[in-house]
Amino acid sequence: MSTHLKGIGITDQIAIGKVIIFEKKDIDLSNERDELPYEVKEKLLLRSIEKTKKEIETLYENLKERNPQEAEIFNFHKALLEDEYFLDKLKKYLKENFSASWAVKKAVDEISLEFENIENELFRERAKDIKDVGEKLIKNLLGYKESTIDIKSPRIIVARDLAPSDTATLDKSNVIGFITEFGSPTSHTAILAQALGIPAIVGVKDVLNYLKNNDEVILDTKNGLVIINPSQEEKEYYYQKIKEEEIIKRELENTKNIPVITSKGKRIKIFANIGDFEEGILALKYGAEGVGLFRTEFLFLNRNSPPSEEEQFLAYRKVAELFREKPVIIRTIDIGGDKKIPYLNLEKENNPFLGIRGLRLCLREKDLFKTQLRAILKASYYGNIKIMYPMVSIKEEIEEANNILEEVKRELEKEEEKYNEKIEVGIMVEVPSIALSLEEVIDLISFVSIGSNDLIQYTFAADRTLEKVNYLYLPKHPAILKLIKHVINVCHENKKEVGVCGEIAGDLEMVTILAELEIDELSMAPTKIPLIKKILLNLLN
Amino acid sequence: MIIEKLKIINKTGLHARPATLFVDKSKKFKSEIFIEKNGKSVNAKSLINILSLGVEQGQEIILKINGPDEVEALEELKKLIESGLEEGE
Repeated sequence: MSTHLKGIGITDQIAIGKVIIFEKKDIDLSNERDELPYEVKEKLLLRSIEKTKKEIETLYENLKERNPQEAEIFNFHKALLEDEYFLDKLKKYLKENFSASWAVKKAVDEISLEFENIENELFRERAKDIKDVGEKLIKNLLGYKESTIDIKSPRIIVARDLAPSDTATLDKSNVIGFITEFGSPTSHTAILAQALGIPAIVGVKDVLNYLKNNDEVILDTKNGLVIINPSQEEKEYYYQKIKEEEIIKRELENTKNIPVITSKGKRIKIFANIGDFEEGILALKYGAEGVGLFRTEFLFLNRNSPPSEEEQFLAYRKVAELFREKPVIIRTIDIGGDKKIPYLNLEKENNPFLGIRGLRLCLREKDLFKTQLRAILKASYYGNIKIMYPMVSIKEEIEEANNILEEVKRELEKEEEKYNEKIEVGIMVEVPSIALSLEEVIDLISFVSIGSNDLIQYTFAADRTLEKVNYLYLPKHPAILKLIKHVINVCHENKKEVGVCGEIAGDLEMVTILAELEIDELSMAPTKIPLIKKILLNLLN
Repeated sequence: MIIEKLKIINKTGLHARPATLFVDKSKKFKSEIFIEKNGKSVNAKSLINILSLGVEQGQEIILKINGPDEVEALEELKKLIESGLEEGE
């Protein structure tokens, strides 16, 4: 029987292999206090600091060519050893008759504590750098040898936590993965795994109790899963996955930077649908030219109070900054009566797909909508954000939403908050009524995105969550093609861009039809991009 | 003593390289230089102190400079912050 442990997966990959455990020996700090004269201890300490600085410089020199990102950490470590605040603390403890090694320990503990209270994770993680430097210094004071990881064949390294000094001398060609008991997505292990392009699972509670050297494990980073002593079936499943990923990777290398241009000379932009920042990273990796649909529901679900403006702002800004000049279309909250949201008091409806959802909900819950628009507008200053309203049925809904948007813009101006004044607003076309009357509203918007899943469900009056009416999911039916054709025509006659962000944009057959209809943009799950691009490139060039 | 409020505009805030740059520049002056955020005031010549403030992009800090070269110090540090600490926005 295999054992499964959960952690946080880093880099989207799978590793299968044997583990090696890296355990640090505890240092015996010797006496807490001693009677040595202050001058002697100071001299001893300063000499050890110099020695430690030299070691750090060597690490820096050895790494800077091959791995400049990792090397930079040691520049920072050296600066810590020259810091007056740190040095003053050391001297203070020496004067209070602490031994040199205890003075370092006390200073490091105090400073780490200051960092551990910082809210921002990136800053909080620096506590570990201070501890790492402190440990090196104490080892030099007491004459300990540095513990190093020595591996001669491919191994997955398992440790409580890894510090920059632990991995600096490591032969990385033999490392195929990391598992750590502590750590977060911004910890050293995570950053190193990303730099090396190998998988890691961090924050796996008690992992050291489950593993010994040479145990076999599978790392499934997508699900943050460590599988110990996997069964034959599990191994086969993951070997197959690795194979599939390799195929995608090859396609990716072939097509990543080639734009899709049809034989008629039509350029089709390939965008991604994402649900959070991590998916954004994946989208860029697979060559997305922008985000055609950024679902914002993840911020609103599974909680007891709505997310604050600040929380939303940071989440949107992070994605906007990730994509820089590439467009990120943020869809305003798209929730209905089929979801339980404690702070919204949504009434139970007999037909939640036909009830209060998407923009309809936003126009009723104005505070919720305004907070989201404020956050989106503020984030728009940091990238190329566009706004998209979901579930639009008639013109008046767009007018009302745009009025609220203008109101929010005036508020921000009054508060002297910066935002992109030329931010574009578009709608999702997923209800037949708006598809068929698009010409009436086209002047109110800058772009359109066809939400094919809902458009199909509403056209055939067939609940897409109901298995018995599955047979009515008919993307190629003339009714749907007519609607899509009409929407594309209206957009092009009015010089507006039109895309598709539903399932059909990632469907091998449908994309060729959409390309022939001269769609401007296709937005799909990030992992589908390489294959869809390949099909479009082969077919049309 | 001169006091001035400034906004940090570069991407990572006063972290890693930008913070190191700021400390290096501060050390060039004889004046005492303090940096304050949310009422916590620390020595701007210590990298550890500055990092412990956790100053992120978009946040405001107050510089308090006291000494013979306080005017030049403020001018140069302000320039450094406003130029995005060599990191950009």
